[in-house]
Amino acid sequence: MKKRKLSVFLFVLFVAVMIAGLSLGEYARVLEQAITICLECIGIG
Amino acid sequence: MGLIKRRRWFQTISFVAINAYIPSWFKGEIYQGNFKGVCVPVLNCYSCPSALGACPIGSMQNFFASARFNISIAQYQVGLYVLGFLGAVGALVGRMPCGWLCPFGFMQELLYKIKTRKFRIPKFLTYGKYVFLVLFVVLLPLLVMDQFGFGHTWFCKWICPAGTLEAGVGLSAINAEIRSQLGLLFTWKMGILVLFLFWMVVSKRPFCRTVCPLGAIFALFNRVSLFRMVWYEDKCIKCNKCQKDCPVDIKAYEDPNSPECIRCLKCIDSCQFGALDYQFIKKKFPLIGRQDTLYLNSENR
Repeated sequence: MKKRKLSVFLFVLFVAVMIAGLSLGEYARVLEQAITICLECIGIG
Repeated sequence: MGLIKRRRWFQTISFVAINAYIPSWFKGEIYQGNFKGVCVPVLNCYSCPSALGACPIGSMQNFFASARFNISIAQYQVGLYVLGFLGAVGALVGRMPCGWLCPFGFMQELLYKIKTRKFRIPKFLTYGKYVFLVLFVVLLPLLVMDQFGFGHTWFCKWICPAGTLEAGVGLSAINAEIRSQLGLLFTWKMGILVLFLFWMVVSKRPFCRTVCPLGAIFALFNRVSLFRMVWYEDKCIKCNKCQKDCPVDIKAYEDPNSPECIRCLKCIDSCQFGALDYQFIKKKFPLIGRQDTLYLNSENR
């Protein structure tokens, strides 16, 4: 039962962390970098 | 257990759904729609031409690489969105996305089907993924800066064979300008990709087990996630059928919620004695009599 409560607590905590990130405009940052071709991923530089 | 038998369908649909923007392959560019800011819970390079979402490991490294500069200009974007997303998925289901959704994991399972001599991966190598996570995803992007105060995405740049395959091979095949810029770094990354492709044929999911930093993050949650595996000691004869069928080669009876388990649930299906089961949200008590004790035994593992 303790582990179940811990799981729920962690889930709620991380959802709150995610919402905090979204409220700081991090979605736009991820979008900005995801729509740019990643030269490092390709192996160019 | 019809659902478990249909796992291949889940993996195929996930592969297609995550990489569904086909027009990019004809235009020689990557998908650039507004949806691409959504992180996917799998290792799928956002520079794959048809990728619809963002790779969480690439995104996380980018946040770490620019964290020092951002803080210096009072912009506190340090990757909470990605961290929170991965933590929430992990707390819910642990490594389940690895077993059911990851296209790169799916490819490894298909390659392992090639009939040849097979080799076990030594246990100590499975700790490698934590080293790659800490060193290449967190520390190096955070600490090694150029003259402008920006770090680099070390894992993407030097290691990630998924990026080489999806972005490197994919984009260079359709874009002449990119093809003309390929050099020594691309050769290095191709070498790593080829090495892993061979390893995937002879060992079970070697990249997931030894290198994948996303798998390492989800693995930290396997013991505390809401989704849990349950093992019934009195039904198990330790025949090792679960290990034989397991795509990551673990003995489910030794540690049903092992950090290595990708929750594909194949062991539940392969156990003829019903010694393994899962529980999610609502407790499951499929046995009568000693059920509470058995449940607690597995819970305490």
